[in-house]
Amino acid sequence: MAEEVVKFKVTIDGIPVEVEPGTTILNAARQIGGDIVPPAMCYYSKLEGTGGKCRTCLVKVSKGSEKDPRPMPKLVASCRTTVMDGMEVQNITSPDVVEARKGVVEMLLINHPLDCPVCDQAGECKLQDLGYEHGDEGTRYEFERRTFERIDIGDKIQLHMNRCILCYRCVFVANQLTDEREHGVLNRGDHSEISTFIHKALNHDFVGNVIDVCPVGALTDKTFRFKNRVWFTKPVDAHRDCPTCAGKVTLWYKGDEVLRVTGRKDEYGEVEEFICNTCRFETKHTSDWTLEEPTPVDHESVIGANHYLNFNPPSVIHEDKKLQLANEEQLARTERLK
Amino acid sequence: MGRKLLLEHINEPGIQTFDVYRQKGGYRAVEKALKSMSPDDVVEEVKKSGLRGRGGAGFPTGMKWSFLAKPEGVPRYLVCNGDESEPGTFKDRYLMTHIPHALIEGMIVSSYALGANTSYIYVRGEMMPQIRILERAIAETKAAGLLGKNILGTGYDLEIYVQPGGGAYICGEETALLESLEGKRGNPRIKPPFPAVAGLYGCPTVVNNVESIASVVPIINDGGEEYAKIGIERSTGTKLISAGGNVKNPGVYEIELGVPVEEFIYSDEYCGGIANGKRLKALVAGGSSVPILPANLISKTINGDARLMTYESLADGGFQTGTMMGSGGFIVFDEDQCIVRNTWNFTRFYHHESCGQCSPCREGTGWMEKVLYKIEHGQGSIADIDLLWDIQRKIEGNTICPLGDAAAWPVAAAIRHFRDEFEWHVLHPEESQSRNYGLAHYADPIKPVAQ
Repeated sequence: MAEEVVKFKVTIDGIPVEVEPGTTILNAARQIGGDIVPPAMCYYSKLEGTGGKCRTCLVKVSKGSEKDPRPMPKLVASCRTTVMDGMEVQNITSPDVVEARKGVVEMLLINHPLDCPVCDQAGECKLQDLGYEHGDEGTRYEFERRTFERIDIGDKIQLHMNRCILCYRCVFVANQLTDEREHGVLNRGDHSEISTFIHKALNHDFVGNVIDVCPVGALTDKTFRFKNRVWFTKPVDAHRDCPTCAGKVTLWYKGDEVLRVTGRKDEYGEVEEFICNTCRFETKHTSDWTLEEPTPVDHESVIGANHYLNFNPPSVIHEDKKLQLANEEQLARTERLK
Repeated sequence: MGRKLLLEHINEPGIQTFDVYRQKGGYRAVEKALKSMSPDDVVEEVKKSGLRGRGGAGFPTGMKWSFLAKPEGVPRYLVCNGDESEPGTFKDRYLMTHIPHALIEGMIVSSYALGANTSYIYVRGEMMPQIRILERAIAETKAAGLLGKNILGTGYDLEIYVQPGGGAYICGEETALLESLEGKRGNPRIKPPFPAVAGLYGCPTVVNNVESIASVVPIINDGGEEYAKIGIERSTGTKLISAGGNVKNPGVYEIELGVPVEEFIYSDEYCGGIANGKRLKALVAGGSSVPILPANLISKTINGDARLMTYESLADGGFQTGTMMGSGGFIVFDEDQCIVRNTWNFTRFYHHESCGQCSPCREGTGWMEKVLYKIEHGQGSIADIDLLWDIQRKIEGNTICPLGDAAAWPVAAAIRHFRDEFEWHVLHPEESQSRNYGLAHYADPIKPVAQ
């Protein structure tokens, strides 16, 4: 006798999908994919207990379930709300959600230094994507931003608290790796900061993963700092026989040189498997690795755009003499690449 | 003269000691409940009484108790929320200081009703004297055999512990309180699961306010139906109100729910009117988080009915023209008070107390404070008022816990009712630094709304 599989039918922005009971709205949306997936800054599917904090994934539940069709009174965090049978969810089709999300993006950015030009994360930063896709242009904030000193967490990781959006992902990584709670949050409110126990260096084989989970440039790899912009590097999947981890990584090449090693990230920026510190920081030669294939990169990402193969100046430049003059140098370079 | 249930013997010398409290009929409820009632009877009695949570939200206590999950072999906990930190509210501190045994008695009866064998009283860290008082009261009760193993020979065991908090406002939110009690950072949890299912140490837990728990004592002594006779409609019983601000006699008053607000402010039995013969300008009826009301909406609702001290009547008119009962922090403002300055002050508090977990509250409270500071100090523009409105709207309802709402509501209500005072600050930057806006038209009668 075949076991009966109970599946819940959920409709997100008018698109129906059948999912296992216990799935969150966000994961149901990810099964559909595309534009209707709510952005998530703090949720990380590989880390238990994450989510609910950044509020970018707010959605409107216009129908609770088949049994209880009442809508939910407030917008809910889709990463932490499980689906009910017959639930109807509005994401980008609800003006309330779009408006609220715009508000959240603005709030996340008011204390952010916006130092993308000197930030190593620029180009693969989730906050950049979020601001670009869901934010308003310009800011209404006119006060001084909070600032912190940079902190070295161990000799390989630097914490740049100014950029932090307090998603708590790194805290969950540290908590789930070690028994001691030595990496956590100090203080309260908008002056809270990520820190380690009295600046104690985090020392664990897998602690480098805090860099991978950080959606912004708050935790960066000191062995890669200021080496290059990510969009000038080429990602290649590779693996090696590693005694401590699975050894499946992405190598970031500039020419023949491996500039950095990260875990393999999926389309939502989440790593498939956590990698160890040896793989990340100490094996940076092609000879250490067995190469597989170039990492598939989203066409819309700046990393994908780095190759300039399909680069086309916007048509407005073609039509305007003044703009052509202003962009002379760049246009010449484009011609050369054709 | 209204009936007193909680503060009946408040003026008795030595009422904080076990012996005097017992002489005055204390611990009758424990005897009655443990010897003649089943736990379900106690819950039923509380349900009948219509008692609503005294901490702020006003959720029916009996219903909250009946939601408690009761899986086999898992301990259940009762946690008393004594983290009273709402600006303007000081009733629980008063109760714990002067009649600690009322709380202990309520704790024993409530724990029995819920089947909890370990209960905690979480008291805000700044209230160290009250913590000592409660600890002494627990020791006295234990020595008298009303606490500990096999209470009164009924076979029921109960231990009560007092836990000092770190002094954070956010730890008054029930799930943050539980986190803090477990020894973690006091961040509110994401609900569901609710504490009734997975609370303290993952076990079913009920969190109640100090006053709610103390109110269980008269309910058991006199019966739920008797208790429900006091008050109006769904607002039953008596309530402690901590009156403060510009009144003649500030202090904690026990009122029968249903007293007209006007009587409460002006009668000599309670506040005794506005101090120094000034005129009333505004009222915050239930602690800093509830919407502020201008003078013309205080004694009468928008429909012209008298406004009463009940959950329903205070909330009459919704957020447009009403407010909330909240925790009973009754703050009265006279004509010399500046609403902009007061709103800034409240927002400063919420900025300081936001836990920093979710973005709208963490960033938005600080932003609102800065904008309000600017307006108050004569640097603002009209656009800032609209900006403030927009910020509060983006915080409200979008946060994990109600602190975001609590920070947004006072700002929203201040702008809604006192917008011209804000505009006056913007348009008269120099004058606003040297004098106050005064009463203006805020006491003028409101034209009835034509239906």
